[in-house]
Amino acid sequence: MSFLYQLLGSLPLEAMQFLYMRRALLAILLLTPLLGLLGTMAVNQQMAFFSDALGHSALTGIGLGILLGVSNDLVSMLVFGIVWALLITAIRRSGAASADTVISVFSSTSVALGLLILAAGGGFAKYSPLLIGDIITVTEQDLLWLLLALVGGVAVWVLIYNGLLLTSVNASLARSRGIRTRLWESAFVVLVAVAVMLSIRWVGVMLINALLILPAAAGRNLANTARQHALWSVGIALVCGVVGLLAAFALNTSAGAAIVLCAAVCFALSLLVRKLRK
Amino acid sequence: MPHACNLCHIDLHDVSVTRGGQELLQKVSMHIHCGQLTVLIGQNGAGKTTLVRTLLGEFPHSGSIRHINEHGRDIPHLITGYVPQHLEFDRDMPLTVLDFMAACFSRRPVWTGVGRKTREEVRAALREVSAEDLVDRPLGRCSGGEIQRVLLALSLHPAPDLLVLDEPVSGMDANGLQLFLDTVTQLRTTHHIAMLLVSHDLRLVREYADHVVLLDKTVLVQGQPDYVFASPEFSRVFGREEVEA
Repeated sequence: MSFLYQLLGSLPLEAMQFLYMRRALLAILLLTPLLGLLGTMAVNQQMAFFSDALGHSALTGIGLGILLGVSNDLVSMLVFGIVWALLITAIRRSGAASADTVISVFSSTSVALGLLILAAGGGFAKYSPLLIGDIITVTEQDLLWLLLALVGGVAVWVLIYNGLLLTSVNASLARSRGIRTRLWESAFVVLVAVAVMLSIRWVGVMLINALLILPAAAGRNLANTARQHALWSVGIALVCGVVGLLAAFALNTSAGAAIVLCAAVCFALSLLVRKLRK
Repeated sequence: MPHACNLCHIDLHDVSVTRGGQELLQKVSMHIHCGQLTVLIGQNGAGKTTLVRTLLGEFPHSGSIRHINEHGRDIPHLITGYVPQHLEFDRDMPLTVLDFMAACFSRRPVWTGVGRKTREEVRAALREVSAEDLVDRPLGRCSGGEIQRVLLALSLHPAPDLLVLDEPVSGMDANGLQLFLDTVTQLRTTHHIAMLLVSHDLRLVREYADHVVLLDKTVLVQGQPDYVFASPEFSRVFGREEVEA
């Protein structure tokens, strides 16, 4: 660890003189690749709205955790996020209402429920960092969690990707080839829920979805193959993460916001490239 | 009346399917022989798609579906290849034909790339259906006929005992259709597999089918194309004009 700190500290950047910025940079390097990878499938499966709703549900997760007396809010966020993701998926499958309506209902319900609990007694102000995220408060223990999430997430991603890809092309074709489409889809939404919940304290409820979707959406405009899509998406997420963090330090503003704006610029450029290629 | 023979075949005996209180198939009995192209015809709602999905194991049924070898013994696992009616998918997805097929052929996740061995396997599979040139084409930029050939190549791996082609003729231009059916009829001799084609194009049925089954919830009539086309059941279902056409 101290070697990594020294290495980062030797970079000719003013920001890297500070230990908290070195930790923040490490957090970005651990967090963005997984979001970039998962984003490719979220974009292909048109799940941008779904992951947005999932991000919002973090508020409820924390709220319920407080009500139930769970001391670690990460645990309550994770559990609630996973349950919520599986519930939305199950209702979407049942075809009871159109997908965007179902997601919208879930999204607003979870925000309202979360606010109701957290704002009780007028104490919401102390939770407001959750909305915009605060990457410079990352601790070494948090970094360990992010490292575990990255390694575990990529391992699961290796296992489920091909089946999921075929499912996203055509589910009945995938089923005819013996792929357990529902299982893989559920594994995917759980994986997205875990990645989102682990990142939300650093990036914020309002911006987490952009970090999942924007790099993958930009990558999709530039790529022709599945591999190129993954490379572009991870690459854009990493570069925007680092550039955004340094820009936020220089401008003394929110890192999450700077990262997402950077990704939005990449998306605009990718659209331009796509238009020019055609 | 089902035809008995000494070759291997898929034997459907009194297959009935009821869903939501409605009887969709009623005691369907038929044989699908290896090395033959059996064509299923019938009006919309006659249960053709239901029969296909039953064969694919998607619907529970009564009666029996058995795979019987040339010695009259049961073969326990029926490997079924399937070419769906049309492939509805997001055409902007960054995915080449190679990616798509490699995801089926190999465990290695295609976002890490495709290995040399898998690439060769995909090429060989595409060669079988005269579509090798499509290997690096984005799937979304393939025509309807090209996608059908990719799906056909895919359905032959692993080598199926039964190949089900669900109306692959719709949404294709005449050339693509001819090429597709030529490929299918070739496969019937090169691969010793039983093939079931669901079709609306009666002219082509007559030209390509070995065995025709006319379905309306149950089997109305089955046999060689000329026999079925001359039957009163056929005229009743399709009317005289269409027979003339």
